[in-house]
Amino acid sequence: MSALVDTARLTAENAIALVERGEISAAELHAAYLDAIGERDGELHAFLRTVAEPEGASIPIALKDVISTKGVETTAGSRILAGYTPVFDATVAARCKASGLTLLGKTNTDEFAMGSSTENSAYGPSHNPWDPSRVPGGSGGGTAAAVSGGLAPWGLGSDTGGSIKQPSALCGNVGLRPTYGTVSRFGVVAFASSLDQVGPVAKTVRDTALLYRIISGRDPADSTTVDLPSPVELPQGERLDGVRIGVPRQAVALEAIEPGVRAEFERSLELAAELGAEVAECDLPLSFDYGLPCYYLIAPAEASSNLARYDGVRYGPRSEGATYREMVERTRDEGFGAEPKRRIMLGTYALSAGYYDAYYGQAQKVRTLIGREHAEAFEQFDVLATPTSPTVAFPIGEKAADPLAMYACDLLTIPSCLAGLPGLNVPCGLSDGLPVGLQLIGPQFAENTLFRVGYALEQALGLDLVPGRLR
Amino acid sequence: MTSSPGACDDPPALLAAVSSRPAKPGSADGCRRSRHDAFRGRAEHCPLRPRTASNDPGAREVSWEPVIGLEIHVQLKTRTKMFCRCPAGFGAGENTQTCPVCLGFPGALPVPNRLALEWVVKLGLALGCEIAPRAVFARKNYFYPDLPKGYQISQYDLPSCISGKMLVPLPEGDHAVGIVRAHLEEDAAKNVHVGGRTGRIGGAEHTLVDYNRGGTPLVEIVTAPDIHSAEEAKRFLQLLRQTIVELGISDAEMEKGTLRVDANVSVRPAGTDELRTRCEIKNMNSFTHIARGIEAEVARQIGVWESGGEVEQHTYDFDVATGTLTPRRAKEEADDYRYFPEPDLVPVEPPAEMVERLRGELPELPAARIRRIGELLDHERALVLVTGGLERLWEGTVAAGAEGVAASNVISNQIVGAGVDPSVVEPAELAKLVAARERIPRKAFDEAISRIGEPGFTADPFLAQEAVSDTAALEPIVDKILAANPAQVEQYRGGKDGLLGFFVGQVMKETKGQADARAVNELVRAKLGA
Repeated sequence: MSALVDTARLTAENAIALVERGEISAAELHAAYLDAIGERDGELHAFLRTVAEPEGASIPIALKDVISTKGVETTAGSRILAGYTPVFDATVAARCKASGLTLLGKTNTDEFAMGSSTENSAYGPSHNPWDPSRVPGGSGGGTAAAVSGGLAPWGLGSDTGGSIKQPSALCGNVGLRPTYGTVSRFGVVAFASSLDQVGPVAKTVRDTALLYRIISGRDPADSTTVDLPSPVELPQGERLDGVRIGVPRQAVALEAIEPGVRAEFERSLELAAELGAEVAECDLPLSFDYGLPCYYLIAPAEASSNLARYDGVRYGPRSEGATYREMVERTRDEGFGAEPKRRIMLGTYALSAGYYDAYYGQAQKVRTLIGREHAEAFEQFDVLATPTSPTVAFPIGEKAADPLAMYACDLLTIPSCLAGLPGLNVPCGLSDGLPVGLQLIGPQFAENTLFRVGYALEQALGLDLVPGRLR
Repeated sequence: MTSSPGACDDPPALLAAVSSRPAKPGSADGCRRSRHDAFRGRAEHCPLRPRTASNDPGAREVSWEPVIGLEIHVQLKTRTKMFCRCPAGFGAGENTQTCPVCLGFPGALPVPNRLALEWVVKLGLALGCEIAPRAVFARKNYFYPDLPKGYQISQYDLPSCISGKMLVPLPEGDHAVGIVRAHLEEDAAKNVHVGGRTGRIGGAEHTLVDYNRGGTPLVEIVTAPDIHSAEEAKRFLQLLRQTIVELGISDAEMEKGTLRVDANVSVRPAGTDELRTRCEIKNMNSFTHIARGIEAEVARQIGVWESGGEVEQHTYDFDVATGTLTPRRAKEEADDYRYFPEPDLVPVEPPAEMVERLRGELPELPAARIRRIGELLDHERALVLVTGGLERLWEGTVAAGAEGVAASNVISNQIVGAGVDPSVVEPAELAKLVAARERIPRKAFDEAISRIGEPGFTADPFLAQEAVSDTAALEPIVDKILAANPAQVEQYRGGKDGLLGFFVGQVMKETKGQADARAVNELVRAKLGA
């Protein structure tokens, strides 16, 4: 049946058109993707589990395994949730279903979305479709590998400090981290509540916008959500006249940026200027000097509290213990991997009596300043541009033993996350045959601007984003 | 460093000063155990005072003043829980009133109960508090099986209501009790420890958890240490309870646990304003027990100081049966609740229009009514009427022509004693009975009272009965009673006036309640005086 469509190349928009024209049924399309998964996921390990029986009249979607799906096991990549089957759908899952999308399966993730390579998944790493010896990025590497490997037309990820944008960059996808508060977090396994946002990962900017339209808007079950001030527009213009693009000096000065990444990034800026954009440098000193340390206090602090509920009392595996305390300690010791443990300890310390002001309190102040610094930049610019990741996809195992090197993967994505701002990854070239991503940051609720700029560049670049091995 | 006069330089005062530092979020002396002190933040830390009284056994005898602050938890009677839509009722089957939110399932998020947000403001206004334009929920982190999320959501450093004052009418005048704060939080679930001897967690074979109660809305009210006797504490609580009940926000019943009180108690030499180390008493389930618990703790602390010892900060359970205080097992490590603002909720910013609307809707509060009615009757009667929810009937009965004191006595004693719901009594009928109560037979009166709550009740058939007041008819009976009780007659004549009631009662019994009490009274008095 996979002969019916070329899943490696089919965009969501085109797939919807095929279904609407009756050229293929929703069930046939679902089956075609399951066939592709059967063929290639042994190698990629993008999915933790698939759903054989589609319910819905439209096209399939892959959901990161932090998104609760009623009746379908949801583990967040952790042993501590092995066998946990939610009795309710996350709001984003429910909205996808309400739009007729069929749940293809749950994709791999670093445990509790903590990581930048999926190597922290308790169920083994995913592999990059461009080069399976390399990571797909993380934490949403499963969704990214699935979309770029033609195993799903599109999918949802969750982004706390870069978990949508960075894997999209490493796999050659378009990925949006929306403005904080525009997409419901209800039913999404929490990592750091004040930073977590669900967003789309797709092959094109228009697909990304389409999926964002489906999942966004206020949810009465999530008090931190709002309605979009204006509806999502599918981009179509190919010019960028009058668009002011700021390039943070402190970001591009980072030595960690590989030459190949830098070259593709600079070429895309030149292209933007050719399309009519005004490109100029700007300053965000606090954001890039203090963003990473600030993030690694706030996110672990919230995580230490969010992960307290995994105690073996109500769901998930339980280790035996003679007392309540012993049972909880053993359950958590055996259930959590090294990275969640590291962050729980870090966060517990940062919130502890006597350290709160120096760490968590101080980080919150820095966060406010980072937000202010971005707001000032947006008085002069419509979007900010940086590379999304300092490097292309790195070999599996290269950074797994060095947490600080792994944390540095998100150096460029983190500051705007702290500021609650939307960010879009658009593939902007290849370096040594591996995708390079351009990060576009906008002010709050400026997703339409990001789509417009991203689309114009995407059209002008005209990259073939099907991994060479699948062409 | 040299100490200046009045500096905090002796150990007890220093202890009090240390424990009354304003708490910071995340600090070890945070909310649970020391909020009473931690949030006071006034200038009492380092009082200028004479240095006479101390724990020096050789010092001259001093009188001691109790210093009491209360922490009161009130369960709001909202239809649904604080952060989810589960019913917040009482008594349903175990774990039937639960959902992913109150069970702490992955990804579930809290949504605040709008009514609870409104009710805490209403209560704050009734307690004379300032309503915070911005209140913030925080997470209080600790592990316990009754806490499904591993943290309790509670307002912490920015509560909804601060700096209030309740004036408690006392016979000698109003007594002001400061309200430090009133804040919203969610209740924990209920652990049931199975097996073992004590029913407590230590030694139990296993623990079952009923999550029905988990997540029900609570208001915590913290008073300043402005209460100076067990009696004052009781009066304050009676008034507070009545205020809460009348606001319609809680049933506030201690037996059901919808009102829970912990008392922080210390003592100091009378006439000083120092604050010595305090102890907390928990597990008291009625106002009377609270008063007894406080009295026991005050006595214990005075004993400690006077024997040259030093009171150590501790928490005690009050054992109702024995009237004794049992220390709770000390924790191995200090609690650190790692408070931080709850990121799943936005700050609570009550609109000014709402606050003003609620202020306008406040009914006349019980304290004001005690004062008003007290001027017409007396303080004690007013207190009983108001805190018993009886004054509406009293006002109606008086308006229908009854005399005030008599009406108050009949309502507070007979109506309450007969278990009649005062809200169904027709005041006009009661007024007739009050007026005729000494004329008609006692038996008829009692029967009328017991039936006064019945629909369509009319006093007339009872009023038609006449008590026997004819001296000729009563005299032989009186003589018979006096003859039968020579010892009591002797005592009465020896000056024991109180026995008059005994003789009257005997006569009433003999006449099966048909005699006119006043006539019997006069006759007995006359005979005995002879």
